Amino acid sequence: MSTTKTIFSGFGGQGVLMMGYVLATSAMHENKHVTYLPAYGAEVRGGTANCTITISDDPIASPVASFPDYGVLMNTPSLTKFEGSIRAGGLVFLNDDLVDVRPSRTDIEVVNIPVNTIADGLGSLRSANMVMIGAFVKKTGLVALETVINSVKDIFAAKGADIHERNTAAIREGAAFIEKPIHG
Amino acid sequence: MNKQLMRGSHVIAEAATRAGCRFYAGYPITPQNELPEYMSARFADLPDATFIQAESELAAINMVMGASMTGVRAMTSSSSPGISLKQEGISYMAGMELPAVVANIMRGGPGLGNIAPTQQDYFQATRGGGHGGYRTIVLAPCSGQELVTLTMKAFDLADTYRMPVILLGDGLMGQMMEPVSFPDPIDPADLPKKEWVLSGARGRDSRLIASLQLDPVKMEERNWKLVRKYDTISQHETDFESYLLDDAQLVIVAFGTAARIAKGAVNRVRGEGLPAGLFRPITLWPFPANPLRSLAASIKQILVFEMNTGQMIEDVKMSVGDISPVHFHGRPGGVIPTPVEVAEVITGLMR
Repeated sequence: MSTTKTIFSGFGGQGVLMMGYVLATSAMHENKHVTYLPAYGAEVRGGTANCTITISDDPIASPVASFPDYGVLMNTPSLTKFEGSIRAGGLVFLNDDLVDVRPSRTDIEVVNIPVNTIADGLGSLRSANMVMIGAFVKKTGLVALETVINSVKDIFAAKGADIHERNTAAIREGAAFIEKPIHG
Repeated sequence: MNKQLMRGSHVIAEAATRAGCRFYAGYPITPQNELPEYMSARFADLPDATFIQAESELAAINMVMGASMTGVRAMTSSSSPGISLKQEGISYMAGMELPAVVANIMRGGPGLGNIAPTQQDYFQATRGGGHGGYRTIVLAPCSGQELVTLTMKAFDLADTYRMPVILLGDGLMGQMMEPVSFPDPIDPADLPKKEWVLSGARGRDSRLIASLQLDPVKMEERNWKLVRKYDTISQHETDFESYLLDDAQLVIVAFGTAARIAKGAVNRVRGEGLPAGLFRPITLWPFPANPLRSLAASIKQILVFEMNTGQMIEDVKMSVGDISPVHFHGRPGGVIPTPVEVAEVITGLMR
């Protein structure tokens, strides 16, 4: 790996920026060079949110991704917005429960994950982003799954052990889905 | 201390606190709102610190002026249009020889412009910005870690030379998160005593700090005194980074965010066997003119790259004269150019 760029996108409240923050923190803990760049603009409740994470073995020139390697797209507008910019040969992770169209491009790989359904099954819809980051990391190998779990523990340290257990379960369940996908 | 992933504007706020800053006044503007947000929380835990969200930019800079007179390390921050509003106060502080740190997280202009990252305030920052003909030291960080070192250095320079120091970042520097580590905090009580502050005249002669001087002869002398100070700073405080300059035939000159992108471009063209290098001014004023002039003699051409329509290029041209041809590539308005784009410009010039 030299330099990898990932876009996380969805609507406000889906934990999109948190996914990016978790990935970036994990990369930092693995002593990689990393930048986290949030899209910022006029803030709208329920509006779209996205961030770009660049991970590299070398110092990072630009934190911007013109052609991201990976797209983690949590709703349909995110797919509409970013489908065209994903690098040829790149990979998009779609929230199967909310993205109701599929990419028209044939030069990118698509991973459909019902993260809302999986999170709901674990007892908390709010963990959908943790399911997704578990699946993302398992599939891409950008950082180790255990690093992610430890990073999430640190980030949510103030929220207590219950939250940590819930997050860990969600991350592992997302990773398990990649190992044995259940198409429903 | 361990590394932590932090947003640039938070890094400035934390570094300022660790430099012993104990007074902050500001007024909200994107893309630097996270700086006062962080300061408000951080200062709440420090019994000797004061945070004020002022009623306007003018109020904020004048509060900083008043605080600085009492000797406390004081700062404000804003973004381009807000910095314009603060220029009167900065000019007054230059005239009164008051230290302060002013962070400008630049956005698109002129006018209200937009909130995207640019470098369009180079002229304003390096030429004084306000009225009367003065200088401010201008520091241009290009990474999270350099936000730490240059923010802390800004306070030292401001105190040493008794003048406002501008920390010139942009929206990308302010919003982006990178891993950073901080040195141990400085206890304000350990900082050198300031013998000029207004601390109450009981038991000593009174002091006067004012920019008003109605006697033209005395005002002339005050101007020349400032010039002597600026000359000293020019001799001792220029700072820059060299990257792959030893065998370079083309040197790209860029600062801040543009310099990061330029470095990526240099790496790309090096991969194609083109000997390009980067010269990155860290102090924009004083501009590192002498090292750049020395360098110009051994290279074939210079490319100035800025996220504006061409401002630092004037300092580059003044530095190198006609020793070396100077080309320009600029992207104003908040467009963030890519290393690929800049590499293409370099390749075009070298092939």
